[in-house]
Amino acid sequence: MRVGLFVTCLVDLLCPEVGVATARLLQRAGHQVEFPEGQTCCGQPAFNSGYRAEAAGVLHQTLRALAATDAEAYVAPAGSCTTMIRTFAAELVGDDDPDLRVVAPRLFELSEFLASHGSALAGRLEPPRRVAYHDSCHMLRELGLAREPREALGRVAGVELADWDSERCCGFGGTFSMRQPELSVAMADEKLRTLASADTLCGADPSCLMHMRGRLERIGREEVAVRHLAELLEEATRP
Amino acid sequence: MSAVPSLTGTTLRERERWALGGDGRLQSALRRTTDNLDGRRRRGLDELEDPETLRQTARSLRTAAVARLPELLGRLADRVQAAGGTVFFAADAEEARAHVLGICARRGAKLAVKSKSMVSEEIELGARLAEAGIEALETDLGEWAQQLDGEPPAHILGPAMHKTPADWVRVLGTVGYDGDESAPAMTAFARRTLRDKFHAADVGITGVNLAVAESGTLVIVSNEGNARMSSTVPPVQIALMGMERVVADWAEADLLLALLGRAGAGVSFPTYVSAITGPRRPRERDGPQELHLVVLDNGRSRILAGASREALNCIRCGACLNACPVYRQIGGHAYGSVYSGPIGAVISPLLLDDVPEAAELSHASSLCGACWAACPVGIPLHELLLEGRRREAAGGGDRAERAAWRAWAQAWSHPRLYGLTGAPARARIPERLLPPPLREWARGRTVPHRAGATFRARWRRGEVLE
Ligand code: SF4
Repeated sequence: MRVGLFVTCLVDLLCPEVGVATARLLQRAGHQVEFPEGQTCCGQPAFNSGYRAEAAGVLHQTLRALAATDAEAYVAPAGSCTTMIRTFAAELVGDDDPDLRVVAPRLFELSEFLASHGSALAGRLEPPRRVAYHDSCHMLRELGLAREPREALGRVAGVELADWDSERCCGFGGTFSMRQPELSVAMADEKLRTLASADTLCGADPSCLMHMRGRLERIGREEVAVRHLAELLEEATRP
Repeated sequence: MSAVPSLTGTTLRERERWALGGDGRLQSALRRTTDNLDGRRRRGLDELEDPETLRQTARSLRTAAVARLPELLGRLADRVQAAGGTVFFAADAEEARAHVLGICARRGAKLAVKSKSMVSEEIELGARLAEAGIEALETDLGEWAQQLDGEPPAHILGPAMHKTPADWVRVLGTVGYDGDESAPAMTAFARRTLRDKFHAADVGITGVNLAVAESGTLVIVSNEGNARMSSTVPPVQIALMGMERVVADWAEADLLLALLGRAGAGVSFPTYVSAITGPRRPRERDGPQELHLVVLDNGRSRILAGASREALNCIRCGACLNACPVYRQIGGHAYGSVYSGPIGAVISPLLLDDVPEAAELSHASSLCGACWAACPVGIPLHELLLEGRRREAAGGGDRAERAAWRAWAQAWSHPRLYGLTGAPARARIPERLLPPPLREWARGRTVPHRAGATFRARWRRGEVLE
């Protein structure tokens, strides 16, 4: 399938390795990967702060760029940005926006896409890991994706899923994390204190991972590896 | 912890710091009680055959009732009056207080017993009664503890849920309790103390959970039975309700009561449910001689007319508070409004539109949506919080913030400018030189930086695919 990568601004600018892993994973699953270069951001930071016109401008740019490639499917390594386009974008650009009509029905979060177009991908992680999977809020509650990422991890030998407070919000919340840093950090601590038995924290939203990684590093718990789902799967499926 | 901060003159962040800056006892109490209640809610709703369908049914029933609010309120008033009660529509808090005080004055009241009523807190009735020389005693245990402690309620259902057993012993000690931390002993003490007051009271003041328009019946729920005492023992009952409490008929009331009990406390039906239609009739032996219903607007018409209308569907079960990760950290008082938690963060800015500090309450959320998932009537609270933020930004907001978002939008609508602004993310900048938002991030977290080139640069160089 011809897949357009919506890499998201955070991945592009802060953790490109997640984008690389995503692209390679899709390639290994037999897809032809494209990167529509005009894309920037889904507009969510401004939308969540109440600045809708500003959000809409940026969203338009990204939708236009994605739609122009006219891919058969679009994949994003971020549940939250996927939600922004699938669920909230219509409020900003109108549900009759031609670009939105091209992109929204074909856009999938990575594990969601792999569930139907990559389920043959199996692999092994050596040494084995105890993985705590983080259910990011939009992905869990808006997209209803809890089974898909776990199944993707389940196809990897050497991954044991750890029990923890997986569904509680980590406290990132976009600009919330900088507007109210004390609260945001307290929320991270609340979640992270249940992490005890895992050596790897894994999730499908780079933003939550960035927040929790930053906290773990600050409190001297660098021994916990923080990895995006795409990175773990990429590592496990290396030829 | 120092005194509960007031909304005026403080920022949300300052109040959060106040709540987080203690010794952690607040958080451990919140953790214990919200986990307990949230667990009960899950079990209570899971017992139902198809909770999701019931939730959607409740949502549409509430939406329909709110859409016909004027008509239903008219019918309710007719029926209450036909049953011998009086009805007063109060446009604002002052009108409501004056009306209640008028009734008390006419009866020469000296002592009023109150059962839990968030509306009475909203209109600050207690203080006004005290000014008039009327003792107003809270009879809900948690509310009583808060009253004795000089604190407002911290949760719409469990006003003292943040109190530890030791706190309870201390508080009840101020009125003569000398027992230990056992709940039965404290409850027995409260019963003994309060019982005399019920008999001596001139007026009983209650809230209203649901008002059934078709029969003019006020439905009042409590877990301790104090609402029943307040509504039947004193010679006069004054019932206070927000105007959105009205439901069309008993079928709707039945479903909502089941959801209220399960979502709020995990019980299949609330422990005590009083259904009151008018005052005592000639040949009846129980009930007050007079029943006065006060229906409060106080900003609700504003909510009704706007994009947050669905907030009026709320049945005040408290489930969204118990599920909220923000409430779990900061408790109710940090919101600075009698309505706390997600629903409070939605309605307080609208109810308190004359208090500028209330506008930013929509930021007391990470928008995680746990509130929406917990709400038994399916209110999309996270979307209403977004709506609140939109309103705040449109209403002027913060100038510098608006300018910053404008500049951001300008740049990020062009791939080249976006590329330029994103380039420095590779640098490791000393924390003291960070721009302000990142400096805030750096409180408690290391600052992320990119390893190597951006994704798009790598793509162009052909380094991405295998
Ligand atoms: S908003 Fe929903 S969950 Fe929150 S108190 Fe109201 S009914 Fe309960």
